[in-house]
Amino acid sequence: MNIKLLKLLSKNARYTVHELSVMSGISEDEVVTEVSAMEKEGLIRGYKAVIDWERLDSAKVSAIIELKVEPQPDVGFEQIAEEVKKYSEVESVYLMSGGYDLCVIVKGKTFQEVAMFVAKQLAPMKYVVSTATHFILRRYKELDIELIGDAKDDREKISF
Amino acid sequence: MEIKPSGIRKFFDIAAEMDDVISLGVGEPDFQTPWHIRQAGIKSLQDGKTKYTSNRGIMELRKAVSDYMKEQISCEYDPATEVLISVGGSEAIDGAVRAIVGRGDEVLIVEPSFVCYEPIVKLAGGVPVIISTKAENEFRLTANELKSHITDRTKLLILPYPGNPTGAIMEQKDLEDIAEVLRETDIAVISDEIYSELTYTGQKHVSIASLDGMQERTVVINGFSKTYSMTGWRLGFACGPAPILQQMTKIHQFAIMSAPTTSQYAAIEALKNGRPDIEAMVEEYDMRRRLIVDGFNALGLDCFEPKGAFYAFPSIKSTGLSSEEFCERLLYSKKVAIVPGNAFGESGEGHVRASYCYSVNHIKEALHRIGEFLEEIKNEDKG
Repeated sequence: MNIKLLKLLSKNARYTVHELSVMSGISEDEVVTEVSAMEKEGLIRGYKAVIDWERLDSAKVSAIIELKVEPQPDVGFEQIAEEVKKYSEVESVYLMSGGYDLCVIVKGKTFQEVAMFVAKQLAPMKYVVSTATHFILRRYKELDIELIGDAKDDREKISF
Repeated sequence: MEIKPSGIRKFFDIAAEMDDVISLGVGEPDFQTPWHIRQAGIKSLQDGKTKYTSNRGIMELRKAVSDYMKEQISCEYDPATEVLISVGGSEAIDGAVRAIVGRGDEVLIVEPSFVCYEPIVKLAGGVPVIISTKAENEFRLTANELKSHITDRTKLLILPYPGNPTGAIMEQKDLEDIAEVLRETDIAVISDEIYSELTYTGQKHVSIASLDGMQERTVVINGFSKTYSMTGWRLGFACGPAPILQQMTKIHQFAIMSAPTTSQYAAIEALKNGRPDIEAMVEEYDMRRRLIVDGFNALGLDCFEPKGAFYAFPSIKSTGLSSEEFCERLLYSKKVAIVPGNAFGESGEGHVRASYCYSVNHIKEALHRIGEFLEEIKNEDKG
Protein backbone atom coordinates (compact mmCIF):
# COMPACT_ATOMS: atom_id res chain seq x y z
CA MET A 1 0.00 0.00 0.00
CA ASN A 2 1.37 3.41 -0.92
CA ILE A 3 -0.39 6.58 0.19
CA LYS A 4 1.60 8.85 -2.14
CA LEU A 5 0.53 6.87 -5.18
CA LEU A 6 -3.06 6.72 -3.99
CA LYS A 7 -3.15 10.49 -3.55
CA LEU A 8 -1.73 11.06 -7.01
CA LEU A 9 -4.12 8.59 -8.62
CA SER A 10 -7.08 10.06 -6.78
CA LYS A 11 -6.21 13.39 -8.39
CA ASN A 12 -5.61 12.03 -11.84
CA ALA A 13 -5.85 8.35 -12.70
CA ARG A 14 -4.29 8.97 -16.10
CA TYR A 15 -0.79 9.90 -14.94
CA THR A 16 1.72 7.74 -16.77
CA VAL A 17 3.95 5.36 -14.86
CA HIS A 18 6.86 7.72 -15.49
CA GLU A 19 4.94 10.70 -14.14
CA LEU A 20 3.82 8.77 -11.07
CA SER A 21 7.39 7.69 -10.50
CA VAL A 22 8.84 11.19 -10.81
CA MET A 23 6.21 12.89 -8.70
CA SER A 24 6.24 10.32 -5.90
CA GLY A 25 9.96 9.62 -5.89
CA ILE A 26 9.29 5.86 -6.28
CA SER A 27 10.99 3.89 -9.07
CA GLU A 28 8.95 3.03 -12.16
CA ASP A 29 9.15 -0.69 -11.48
CA GLU A 30 7.89 -0.17 -7.97
CA VAL A 31 5.03 2.00 -9.23
CA VAL A 32 3.88 -0.78 -11.53
CA THR A 33 4.13 -3.41 -8.79
CA GLU A 34 2.47 -1.24 -6.16
CA VAL A 35 -0.43 -0.18 -8.34
CA SER A 36 -1.21 -3.66 -9.53
CA ALA A 37 -0.96 -4.97 -5.95
CA MET A 38 -3.39 -2.31 -4.78
CA GLU A 39 -5.74 -3.24 -7.60
CA LYS A 40 -5.55 -6.93 -6.68
CA GLU A 41 -6.11 -6.23 -2.99
CA GLY A 42 -9.20 -4.29 -3.98
CA LEU A 43 -7.85 -1.09 -2.48
CA ILE A 44 -8.15 0.56 -5.88
CA ARG A 45 -11.64 -0.32 -7.08
CA GLY A 46 -11.65 1.31 -10.50
CA TYR A 47 -10.84 4.31 -12.68
CA LYS A 48 -13.42 6.61 -14.25
CA ALA A 49 -13.62 9.93 -16.05
CA VAL A 50 -15.54 12.80 -14.46
CA ILE A 51 -17.89 13.90 -17.22
CA ASP A 52 -20.04 16.98 -17.44
CA TRP A 53 -23.08 15.27 -18.94
CA GLU A 54 -25.03 18.50 -18.96
CA ARG A 55 -23.05 19.62 -21.99
CA LEU A 56 -24.70 16.87 -24.03
CA ASP A 57 -28.19 16.99 -25.52
CA SER A 58 -28.88 13.50 -24.28
CA ALA A 59 -28.37 14.67 -20.71
CA LYS A 60 -28.90 12.26 -17.89
CA VAL A 61 -30.76 12.95 -14.70
CA SER A 62 -29.89 11.79 -11.23
CA ALA A 63 -31.69 11.85 -7.95
CA ILE A 64 -30.77 11.27 -4.37
CA ILE A 65 -33.29 8.96 -2.73
CA GLU A 66 -33.66 8.90 1.01
CA LEU A 67 -34.70 5.44 2.06
CA LYS A 68 -36.12 4.66 5.48
CA VAL A 69 -35.73 0.99 6.21
CA GLU A 70 -36.73 -1.37 8.96
CA PRO A 71 -33.53 -3.04 10.08
CA GLN A 72 -33.59 -6.83 10.23
CA PRO A 73 -32.42 -9.02 13.08
CA ASP A 74 -28.78 -10.15 12.67
CA VAL A 75 -28.21 -8.54 9.25
CA GLY A 76 -29.30 -4.96 10.09
CA PHE A 77 -29.31 -2.90 6.89
CA GLU A 78 -26.86 -5.10 4.99
CA GLN A 79 -29.38 -7.30 3.25
CA ILE A 80 -31.50 -4.48 1.91
CA ALA A 81 -28.41 -2.56 0.83
CA GLU A 82 -27.23 -5.65 -1.05
CA GLU A 83 -30.53 -5.82 -2.88
CA VAL A 84 -30.68 -2.13 -3.70
CA LYS A 85 -27.18 -2.05 -5.16
CA LYS A 86 -28.01 -4.79 -7.71
CA TYR A 87 -30.05 -2.44 -9.90
CA SER A 88 -28.09 -0.96 -12.77
CA GLU A 89 -30.00 2.30 -12.27
CA VAL A 90 -28.36 2.66 -8.87
CA GLU A 91 -25.10 4.53 -8.98
CA SER A 92 -24.29 4.71 -5.26
CA VAL A 93 -25.65 3.37 -1.99
CA TYR A 94 -24.60 4.68 1.41
CA LEU A 95 -25.68 3.84 4.93
CA MET A 96 -26.43 7.12 6.68
CA SER A 97 -26.59 8.52 10.15
CA GLY A 98 -29.43 10.90 11.00
CA GLY A 99 -32.92 11.24 9.59
CA TYR A 100 -32.96 8.27 7.24
CA ASP A 101 -31.08 5.05 6.65
CA LEU A 102 -29.95 4.49 3.08
CA CYS A 103 -28.94 7.17 0.61
CA VAL A 104 -29.35 5.89 -2.92
CA ILE A 105 -28.23 7.79 -5.98
CA VAL A 106 -30.24 6.80 -9.01
CA LYS A 107 -29.61 7.78 -12.60
CA GLY A 108 -31.86 7.69 -15.62
CA LYS A 109 -32.62 9.34 -18.94
CA THR A 110 -35.54 11.43 -17.73
CA PHE A 111 -37.12 12.62 -14.49
CA GLN A 112 -40.05 10.34 -15.32
CA GLU A 113 -37.83 7.31 -15.66
CA VAL A 114 -36.12 7.90 -12.33
CA ALA A 115 -39.41 8.60 -10.56
CA MET A 116 -40.93 5.42 -11.96
CA PHE A 117 -37.91 3.39 -10.90
CA VAL A 118 -38.35 4.61 -7.35
CA ALA A 119 -42.08 4.02 -7.37
CA LYS A 120 -41.94 0.59 -8.96
CA GLN A 121 -38.71 -0.88 -7.65
CA LEU A 122 -37.45 0.79 -4.48
CA ALA A 123 -40.64 1.84 -2.70
CA PRO A 124 -42.37 -1.55 -2.76
CA MET A 125 -39.31 -3.44 -1.47
CA LYS A 126 -39.87 -5.42 1.65
CA TYR A 127 -38.75 -3.51 4.81
CA VAL A 128 -38.61 -0.17 2.98
CA VAL A 129 -40.72 2.14 5.11
CA SER A 130 -40.61 5.28 3.00
CA THR A 131 -38.75 7.06 0.20
CA ALA A 132 -38.09 10.73 -0.58
CA THR A 133 -36.76 11.64 -4.00
CA HIS A 134 -34.55 14.71 -4.55
CA PHE A 135 -33.60 15.42 -8.14
CA ILE A 136 -30.21 16.92 -8.83
CA LEU A 137 -30.74 20.09 -10.86
CA ARG A 138 -27.22 21.30 -11.39
CA ARG A 139 -23.76 19.97 -10.68
CA TYR A 140 -21.23 22.55 -9.53
CA LYS A 141 -18.47 20.29 -8.31
CA GLU A 142 -18.01 16.54 -8.42
CA LEU A 143 -15.15 14.47 -6.99
CA ASP A 144 -13.14 17.65 -6.35
CA ILE A 145 -13.57 18.78 -9.94
CA GLU A 146 -15.40 22.01 -10.73
CA LEU A 147 -18.04 21.55 -13.43
CA ILE A 148 -19.23 25.13 -13.74
CA GLY A 149 -17.10 27.95 -15.08
CA ASP A 150 -13.41 27.89 -15.93
CA ALA A 151 -11.08 28.91 -13.14
CA LYS A 152 -9.33 32.03 -14.38
CA ASP A 153 -5.73 32.76 -13.49
CA ASP A 154 -5.81 36.42 -12.55
CA ARG A 155 -2.12 36.67 -11.79
CA GLU A 156 0.22 38.72 -13.96
CA LYS A 157 1.93 36.63 -16.62
CA ILE A 158 5.35 37.40 -15.20
CA SER A 159 6.40 38.73 -11.83
CA PHE A 160 9.55 38.55 -9.75
CA MET B 1 21.42 58.49 -7.75
CA GLU B 2 20.79 55.96 -10.42
CA ILE B 3 18.30 53.15 -10.02
CA LYS B 4 18.27 50.91 -13.04
CA PRO B 5 14.77 50.40 -14.38
CA SER B 6 14.43 46.68 -14.38
CA GLY B 7 15.86 45.75 -17.81
CA ILE B 8 13.40 42.98 -18.09
CA ARG B 9 10.41 45.31 -18.16
CA LYS B 10 10.23 45.38 -21.94
CA PHE B 11 10.09 41.61 -22.10
CA PHE B 12 7.36 41.56 -19.46
CA ASP B 13 5.31 44.04 -21.46
CA ILE B 14 5.52 41.91 -24.59
CA ALA B 15 4.43 38.83 -22.65
CA ALA B 16 1.60 40.70 -20.95
CA GLU B 17 0.07 41.72 -24.26
CA MET B 18 0.39 38.38 -25.99
CA ASP B 19 -2.67 36.10 -26.08
CA ASP B 20 -2.63 32.40 -25.20
CA VAL B 21 0.66 32.63 -23.38
CA ILE B 22 1.54 29.63 -21.24
CA SER B 23 3.42 31.23 -18.41
CA LEU B 24 5.82 29.74 -15.90
CA GLY B 25 6.74 33.28 -15.06
CA VAL B 26 5.12 34.26 -11.81
CA GLY B 27 6.60 34.60 -8.36
CA GLU B 28 3.43 33.88 -6.45
CA PRO B 29 1.38 30.82 -5.51
CA ASP B 30 -1.55 29.66 -7.63
CA PHE B 31 -3.52 28.50 -4.59
CA GLN B 32 -6.23 30.74 -3.27
CA THR B 33 -5.78 32.00 0.26
CA PRO B 34 -7.38 29.22 2.35
CA TRP B 35 -11.05 29.96 2.94
CA HIS B 36 -10.93 30.10 6.75
CA ILE B 37 -8.24 32.80 6.50
CA ARG B 38 -10.32 34.81 4.02
CA GLN B 39 -13.30 34.41 6.32
CA ALA B 40 -11.32 35.84 9.22
CA GLY B 41 -10.60 38.90 7.07
CA ILE B 42 -14.27 39.19 6.12
CA LYS B 43 -15.36 38.81 9.72
CA SER B 44 -13.02 41.59 10.82
CA LEU B 45 -14.74 43.88 8.30
CA GLN B 46 -18.17 42.80 9.52
CA ASP B 47 -17.07 43.53 13.06
CA GLY B 48 -16.06 47.00 11.99
CA LYS B 49 -12.30 46.56 12.40
CA THR B 50 -11.62 49.28 9.90
CA LYS B 51 -9.23 51.58 11.75
CA TYR B 52 -5.45 51.95 11.99
CA THR B 53 -3.76 49.46 14.23
CA SER B 54 -0.79 50.12 16.48
CA ASN B 55 2.24 51.10 14.37
CA ARG B 56 3.97 47.84 15.08
CA GLY B 57 0.83 45.81 14.32
CA ILE B 58 -1.96 44.28 16.42
CA MET B 59 -0.51 42.88 19.65
CA GLU B 60 -2.33 39.57 19.23
CA LEU B 61 -0.69 39.14 15.84
CA ARG B 62 2.75 40.09 17.13
CA LYS B 63 2.33 37.53 19.90
CA ALA B 64 1.31 34.92 17.36
CA VAL B 65 4.37 35.79 15.25
CA SER B 66 6.58 35.53 18.30
CA ASP B 67 5.15 32.07 19.13
CA TYR B 68 5.56 31.03 15.52
CA MET B 69 9.23 32.06 15.45
CA LYS B 70 9.90 30.20 18.66
CA GLU B 71 8.35 27.08 17.24
CA GLN B 72 9.91 27.33 13.78
CA ILE B 73 13.43 28.65 14.37
CA SER B 74 13.78 28.36 18.18
CA CYS B 75 14.37 32.10 18.65
CA GLU B 76 12.52 34.15 21.22
CA TYR B 77 11.32 37.63 20.29
CA ASP B 78 9.56 40.06 22.59
CA PRO B 79 6.30 40.98 20.83
CA ALA B 80 6.44 44.45 22.38
CA THR B 81 9.84 45.51 21.04
CA GLU B 82 11.26 42.90 18.69
CA VAL B 83 8.44 42.26 16.20
CA LEU B 84 7.15 44.56 13.46
CA ILE B 85 4.24 43.80 11.15
CA SER B 86 4.98 45.22 7.70
CA VAL B 87 3.38 45.66 4.30
CA GLY B 88 4.73 42.47 2.79
CA GLY B 89 8.24 41.18 3.27
CA SER B 90 9.49 43.88 0.88
CA GLU B 91 8.68 46.79 3.17
CA ALA B 92 10.42 45.04 6.03
CA ILE B 93 13.54 44.52 3.89
CA ASP B 94 13.52 48.19 2.91
CA GLY B 95 13.02 49.30 6.51
CA ALA B 96 15.73 47.01 7.85
CA VAL B 97 18.25 48.20 5.24
CA ARG B 98 17.47 51.85 5.97
CA ALA B 99 17.70 51.26 9.71
CA ILE B 100 21.08 49.55 9.49
CA VAL B 101 22.90 51.13 6.55
CA GLY B 102 24.47 54.59 6.53
CA ARG B 103 25.95 56.53 3.62
CA GLY B 104 28.89 54.69 2.09
CA ASP B 105 28.40 51.48 4.06
CA GLU B 106 29.01 48.35 2.04
CA VAL B 107 26.25 45.78 1.85
CA LEU B 108 26.91 42.22 0.73
CA ILE B 109 24.22 40.94 -1.61
CA VAL B 110 24.17 37.28 -2.52
CA GLU B 111 23.19 36.69 -6.15
CA PRO B 112 21.34 35.41 -8.12
CA SER B 113 18.57 36.73 -5.92
CA PHE B 114 15.35 38.70 -5.74
CA VAL B 115 15.61 41.98 -7.63
CA CYS B 116 14.91 44.45 -4.85
CA TYR B 117 18.02 44.27 -2.66
CA GLU B 118 20.39 46.30 -4.80
CA PRO B 119 18.06 49.25 -5.47
CA ILE B 120 16.98 49.35 -1.83
CA VAL B 121 20.60 49.47 -0.67
CA LYS B 122 21.33 52.27 -3.14
CA LEU B 123 18.30 54.25 -1.97
CA ALA B 124 19.59 53.96 1.57
CA GLY B 125 22.93 55.44 0.46
CA GLY B 126 24.74 52.14 0.80
CA VAL B 127 27.16 50.54 -1.63
CA PRO B 128 26.02 47.15 -2.95
CA VAL B 129 28.77 44.54 -3.11
CA ILE B 130 27.66 41.53 -5.07
CA ILE B 131 28.68 38.01 -4.13
CA SER B 132 27.98 35.68 -7.03
CA THR B 133 27.15 32.13 -6.02
CA LYS B 134 27.65 29.17 -8.33
CA ALA B 135 25.52 26.39 -9.71
CA GLU B 136 28.21 23.82 -8.80
CA ASN B 137 27.78 24.85 -5.14
CA GLU B 138 24.01 24.63 -5.56
CA PHE B 139 24.00 28.43 -5.25
CA ARG B 140 24.90 28.30 -1.57
CA LEU B 141 27.02 31.04 -0.07
CA THR B 142 30.39 29.63 1.02
CA ALA B 143 32.58 30.96 3.82
CA ASN B 144 35.38 31.76 1.36
CA GLU B 145 33.12 33.71 -0.96
CA LEU B 146 31.89 35.66 2.02
CA LYS B 147 35.35 36.33 3.46
CA SER B 148 36.79 37.53 0.19
CA HIS B 149 34.16 40.28 -0.08
CA ILE B 150 34.41 41.65 3.45
CA THR B 151 36.20 45.00 3.90
CA ASP B 152 36.39 47.33 6.89
CA ARG B 153 33.40 49.17 5.44
CA THR B 154 31.14 46.13 5.29
CA LYS B 155 28.07 46.79 7.38
CA LEU B 156 25.50 44.23 6.37
CA LEU B 157 24.96 40.85 4.71
CA ILE B 158 21.64 40.09 3.05
CA LEU B 159 21.02 36.36 3.09
CA PRO B 160 18.21 35.20 0.78
CA TYR B 161 17.48 31.53 1.53
CA PRO B 162 15.45 29.57 0.48
CA GLY B 163 16.19 31.49 -2.68
CA ASN B 164 14.32 33.09 -5.50
CA PRO B 165 15.17 32.39 -8.38
CA THR B 166 17.36 29.38 -7.66
CA GLY B 167 15.40 27.37 -5.11
CA ALA B 168 18.68 26.97 -3.21
CA ILE B 169 18.69 26.45 0.55
CA MET B 170 21.35 26.74 3.23
CA GLU B 171 21.47 23.81 5.61
CA GLN B 172 22.64 23.98 9.20
CA LYS B 173 26.27 23.16 8.38
CA ASP B 174 26.41 25.75 5.58
CA LEU B 175 25.09 28.40 7.95
CA GLU B 176 27.55 27.39 10.69
CA ASP B 177 30.41 28.21 8.29
CA ILE B 178 28.92 31.62 7.56
CA ALA B 179 28.25 32.33 11.24
CA GLU B 180 31.85 31.50 12.07
CA VAL B 181 33.08 34.17 9.67
CA LEU B 182 30.55 36.72 10.92
CA ARG B 183 31.37 36.21 14.60
CA GLU B 184 34.79 37.78 13.96
CA THR B 185 33.10 40.93 12.64
CA ASP B 186 30.40 43.47 13.48
CA ILE B 187 28.48 42.74 10.32
CA ALA B 188 24.70 42.68 10.70
CA VAL B 189 22.51 40.21 8.80
CA ILE B 190 19.15 40.54 7.11
CA SER B 191 17.89 37.03 6.57
CA ASP B 192 15.07 37.05 4.03
CA GLU B 193 13.23 33.86 4.91
CA ILE B 194 10.00 34.50 3.04
CA TYR B 195 10.11 30.96 1.55
CA SER B 196 11.04 29.28 4.85
CA GLU B 197 8.00 27.01 4.90
CA LEU B 198 8.63 25.78 1.39
CA THR B 199 11.47 23.28 1.70
CA TYR B 200 11.49 19.75 0.35
CA THR B 201 14.30 17.91 2.09
CA GLY B 202 12.15 16.60 4.91
CA GLN B 203 14.16 18.86 7.25
CA LYS B 204 12.75 22.05 8.66
CA HIS B 205 14.24 25.33 7.43
CA VAL B 206 17.15 26.56 9.58
CA SER B 207 17.57 30.27 10.27
CA ILE B 208 20.98 31.82 10.78
CA ALA B 209 19.41 33.69 13.71
CA SER B 210 19.17 30.41 15.61
CA LEU B 211 22.96 29.93 15.62
CA ASP B 212 25.21 31.00 18.44
CA GLY B 213 25.78 34.75 18.61
CA MET B 214 23.64 35.45 15.55
CA GLN B 215 20.19 36.46 16.85
CA GLU B 216 21.54 39.72 18.29
CA ARG B 217 22.85 40.83 14.87
CA THR B 218 20.15 39.41 12.62
CA VAL B 219 16.84 40.77 11.39
CA VAL B 220 14.71 37.90 10.14
CA ILE B 221 12.20 38.83 7.45
CA ASN B 222 9.23 36.62 6.77
CA GLY B 223 5.62 37.02 5.76
CA PHE B 224 2.32 35.52 4.76
CA SER B 225 2.49 35.82 0.97
CA LYS B 226 4.19 32.55 0.10
CA THR B 227 3.39 30.55 3.23
CA TYR B 228 -0.35 31.04 3.12
CA SER B 229 -0.82 32.16 -0.48
CA MET B 230 -1.60 35.71 0.60
CA THR B 231 0.41 37.85 -1.84
CA GLY B 232 -2.37 40.35 -2.42
CA TRP B 233 -2.96 40.92 1.29
CA ARG B 234 0.45 42.61 1.52
CA LEU B 235 1.54 41.42 4.91
CA GLY B 236 4.95 40.48 6.25
CA PHE B 237 6.97 40.84 9.41
CA ALA B 238 10.41 41.44 10.80
CA CYS B 239 11.90 40.04 14.00
CA GLY B 240 15.19 41.24 15.38
CA PRO B 241 17.09 43.16 18.04
CA ALA B 242 15.03 45.89 19.74
CA PRO B 243 17.33 48.82 18.78
CA ILE B 244 17.10 47.99 15.05
CA LEU B 245 13.38 47.25 15.27
CA GLN B 246 12.87 50.58 16.99
CA GLN B 247 14.46 52.41 14.06
CA MET B 248 12.47 50.30 11.61
CA THR B 249 9.29 51.13 13.47
CA LYS B 250 10.02 54.85 13.16
CA ILE B 251 10.45 54.57 9.40
CA HIS B 252 7.36 52.37 9.15
CA GLN B 253 5.35 54.76 11.28
CA PHE B 254 6.09 57.74 9.03
CA ALA B 255 5.97 55.99 5.67
CA ILE B 256 3.18 53.47 6.21
CA MET B 257 1.48 54.17 9.56
CA SER B 258 0.33 50.58 10.03
CA ALA B 259 -0.08 47.47 7.89
CA PRO B 260 -3.57 46.78 6.47
CA THR B 261 -5.93 45.99 9.33
CA THR B 262 -8.04 43.40 7.49
CA SER B 263 -4.89 41.53 6.51
CA GLN B 264 -3.64 41.51 10.08
CA TYR B 265 -6.81 39.87 11.35
CA ALA B 266 -6.65 37.29 8.58
CA ALA B 267 -3.01 36.66 9.48
CA ILE B 268 -3.88 35.85 13.09
CA GLU B 269 -6.15 33.09 11.82
CA ALA B 270 -3.43 31.93 9.41
CA LEU B 271 -0.87 31.55 12.19
CA LYS B 272 -3.31 29.88 14.55
CA ASN B 273 -4.98 27.40 12.23
CA GLY B 274 -3.08 27.38 8.94
CA ARG B 275 -0.63 24.54 9.55
CA PRO B 276 -2.66 21.91 7.60
CA ASP B 277 -2.91 24.31 4.64
CA ILE B 278 0.85 24.70 4.54
CA GLU B 279 1.35 20.96 4.63
CA ALA B 280 -1.08 20.40 1.78
CA MET B 281 0.54 23.10 -0.36
CA VAL B 282 4.06 21.84 0.29
CA GLU B 283 3.04 18.35 -0.72
CA GLU B 284 1.56 19.65 -3.95
CA TYR B 285 4.58 21.88 -4.73
CA ASP B 286 6.94 19.01 -4.08
CA MET B 287 5.16 16.84 -6.61
CA ARG B 288 5.30 19.57 -9.25
CA ARG B 289 8.91 20.32 -8.38
CA ARG B 290 9.92 16.74 -9.09
CA LEU B 291 7.97 16.80 -12.32
CA ILE B 292 9.46 20.03 -13.66
CA VAL B 293 13.05 19.19 -12.68
CA ASP B 294 12.73 15.79 -14.34
CA GLY B 295 11.20 17.50 -17.36
CA PHE B 296 14.06 19.98 -17.82
CA ASN B 297 16.72 17.34 -17.33
CA ALA B 298 14.99 15.09 -19.86
CA LEU B 299 15.07 17.96 -22.36
CA GLY B 300 18.81 18.30 -21.83
CA LEU B 301 18.56 21.52 -19.84
CA ASP B 302 20.63 20.73 -16.76
CA CYS B 303 18.66 21.50 -13.66
CA PHE B 304 20.17 21.18 -10.21
CA GLU B 305 17.68 20.08 -7.58
CA PRO B 306 16.00 23.11 -6.03
CA LYS B 307 15.29 22.23 -2.41
CA GLY B 308 13.20 25.24 -1.49
CA ALA B 309 10.85 27.98 -2.74
CA PHE B 310 8.87 27.22 -5.92
CA TYR B 311 11.26 27.72 -8.80
CA ALA B 312 13.45 25.61 -11.03
CA PHE B 313 16.56 27.30 -12.41
CA PRO B 314 17.80 25.17 -15.29
CA SER B 315 20.91 25.98 -17.30
CA ILE B 316 20.35 26.85 -20.96
CA LYS B 317 24.05 27.11 -21.77
CA SER B 318 23.87 24.03 -24.02
CA THR B 319 21.73 26.00 -26.47
CA GLY B 320 24.41 28.64 -27.05
CA LEU B 321 21.82 31.37 -26.47
CA SER B 322 21.94 34.04 -23.81
CA SER B 323 19.23 33.91 -21.15
CA GLU B 324 17.40 36.84 -22.69
CA GLU B 325 17.65 35.50 -26.24
CA PHE B 326 16.36 32.15 -25.07
CA CYS B 327 13.37 33.62 -23.24
CA GLU B 328 12.48 36.11 -25.96
CA ARG B 329 12.63 33.54 -28.74
CA LEU B 330 10.73 31.00 -26.66
CA LEU B 331 8.02 33.57 -26.05
CA TYR B 332 7.67 34.51 -29.72
CA SER B 333 7.99 31.01 -31.08
CA LYS B 334 6.03 28.95 -28.55
CA LYS B 335 4.29 31.53 -26.38
CA VAL B 336 5.89 30.25 -23.21
CA ALA B 337 6.86 32.91 -20.69
CA ILE B 338 9.76 32.28 -18.32
CA VAL B 339 12.20 34.72 -16.77
CA PRO B 340 15.83 35.15 -17.95
CA GLY B 341 18.26 34.30 -15.15
CA ASN B 342 20.28 37.48 -15.59
CA ALA B 343 17.29 39.47 -14.31
CA PHE B 344 18.44 38.25 -10.88
CA GLY B 345 22.05 39.34 -11.26
CA GLU B 346 24.86 38.65 -13.70
CA SER B 347 25.55 35.29 -12.12
CA GLY B 348 22.11 34.18 -13.27
CA GLU B 349 23.20 34.42 -16.91
CA GLY B 350 22.98 31.08 -18.67
CA HIS B 351 19.95 30.09 -16.62
CA VAL B 352 16.22 30.67 -16.77
CA ARG B 353 13.71 30.74 -13.95
CA ALA B 354 10.60 28.60 -14.27
CA SER B 355 8.03 28.77 -11.52
CA TYR B 356 5.99 25.69 -10.70
CA CYS B 357 3.09 27.59 -9.18
CA TYR B 358 0.90 26.04 -11.86
CA SER B 359 -1.21 22.94 -12.32
CA VAL B 360 0.48 19.74 -13.44
CA ASN B 361 -1.21 19.90 -16.84
CA HIS B 362 -0.06 23.47 -17.33
CA ILE B 363 3.52 22.55 -16.46
CA LYS B 364 3.41 19.56 -18.80
CA GLU B 365 2.16 21.69 -21.67
CA ALA B 366 4.87 24.30 -21.07
CA LEU B 367 7.58 21.63 -20.97
CA HIS B 368 6.22 20.14 -24.18
CA ARG B 369 6.45 23.50 -25.93
CA ILE B 370 9.95 24.13 -24.60
CA GLY B 371 10.89 20.73 -26.04
CA GLU B 372 9.55 21.78 -29.45
CA PHE B 373 11.50 25.02 -29.20
CA LEU B 374 14.73 23.17 -28.47
CA GLU B 375 14.16 21.00 -31.56
CA GLU B 376 13.62 24.14 -33.59
CA ILE B 377 16.95 25.59 -32.45
CA LYS B 378 18.76 22.32 -33.17
CA ASN B 379 17.38 22.18 -36.68
CA GLU B 380 18.44 25.77 -37.33
CA ASP B 381 21.98 24.90 -36.36
CA LYS B 382 21.98 22.04 -38.85
CA GLY B 383 20.49 24.20 -41.59
